[in-house]
Amino acid sequence: MASVGIIDYGMGNLHSLGKALERVAGGTRVVTSYDPEVLLKCDRLVLPGVGGVRECMRELQRLELNQMVIEAARKKPMLGICLGMQVFLEWSDENGGVPALGLFPGKVTRFPDPPEDGGADRLKVPHMGWNRVHQTRAHPLWEGVPDDAWFYFVHSYHAEPACPDHVLGTSDYTKTFACALARDNLVAFQFHPEKSQNAGMTLLANFVQWDP
Amino acid sequence: MLAKRIIPCLDIDRGRVVKGVKFEDVQDAGDPVEVARKYDAQGADELVFLDITASVDDRPTLFQTVEAVASQIYIPLTVGGGVRSCADVRALLSAGADKVSINTSAVENPDFVTEAGDRYGVQCIVVAIDAKRVNKKKEPPRWEVFTHGGRRATGLDAIEWAKTMVRKGAGELLVTSIDRDGTKSGYDNELLAAISASVSVPLIASGGVGDLEHLYQGLATGGADAVLAASIFHQGTYTVGEAKQYLAGKGVRIRL
Repeated sequence: MASVGIIDYGMGNLHSLGKALERVAGGTRVVTSYDPEVLLKCDRLVLPGVGGVRECMRELQRLELNQMVIEAARKKPMLGICLGMQVFLEWSDENGGVPALGLFPGKVTRFPDPPEDGGADRLKVPHMGWNRVHQTRAHPLWEGVPDDAWFYFVHSYHAEPACPDHVLGTSDYTKTFACALARDNLVAFQFHPEKSQNAGMTLLANFVQWDP
Repeated sequence: MLAKRIIPCLDIDRGRVVKGVKFEDVQDAGDPVEVARKYDAQGADELVFLDITASVDDRPTLFQTVEAVASQIYIPLTVGGGVRSCADVRALLSAGADKVSINTSAVENPDFVTEAGDRYGVQCIVVAIDAKRVNKKKEPPRWEVFTHGGRRATGLDAIEWAKTMVRKGAGELLVTSIDRDGTKSGYDNELLAAISASVSVPLIASGGVGDLEHLYQGLATGGADAVLAASIFHQGTYTVGEAKQYLAGKGVRIRL
């Protein structure tokens, strides 16, 4: 039986992601685990994450999951969500600067802080709420998702990929930033598909079906 | 750009949605999963659950409710009421809440907000502030923070407290005007504007909505990033969809 593994390194709420994947999985089994051996047996993997990058990388290392992720990234379809996307890059400026997994060249940087006295209309950080996602190129994961569909975001840092070809989608908040990345068998979203109602369910269903 | 959010708020008592005016005349208003599903279908951007169950013995019932809703509704869910420790935060997040709302215990121990934010990420820590106007007539406006459902004065200035809470790690503020709550006369937009201009995190307006123009004023005059309402949706006066159409018609950026 085909399976999708959720990498559980102890940070954040995996409940809604697990439920959302189960809802769209069809005949695919959903496995949540922190055991590298269990996860390597899954056909595809999801790296979720909320919280700070330093703690995230520390936990991935402590559970010996970072090498597993790098190994799996060579062959399995893998999806990074939110902080899970950010650690796919080489470096994050968060927590004073932390080296990450380096699956995509580039780094993660913070949105500019709003001015103290800029009035109520200034853009606040975190970028929290529903924003439109512009699809910059075709990809099997966009199948059935309208261009400029709304997705739910919660983050203060965003990816700056070094290679423009890796950008799959962008969003606008203080500037245009990459909120979806893809190369080969890897895909990553800054927004939360598991919290983005129908458009999000379609993306997850596409990931479960994806045969890169 | 980011859309303004419309957030129905559900009061939960022992696993049921209840409605009442200022905690009095509480009536059963249905099964949380059914009510949540209805608002989700209407286009709610998020949901807030406030647990008003008096007894801590009934806490497991809340976790079951959160789990039942979170397994069927794929929009963000905030849960508040009686959140006192990191264990409470963890239990709610594990049950499927995306954010927790902290009120009284933030006043009792401000460092709890920092601790919870460090451990679970500031994006899931909402600090709820219940504020009441305390200036005399002809004095400049001043608001004080109250706890325990608005019954206990704290001596804290609401604007200063909002800044303190953001410094301590609140990812979002939910500001309720005690004066307006239940009155259907609109948000205290002066309070909202004063807080919105003083902090850098998103602000949810709460307390006093009676019609759709009140929602608009909370965003336009109050400078809120999201508007919360209970009775106009529960009583069926308006659907969330009608509220969104109204705001979009006024030029507010809304997810339709």
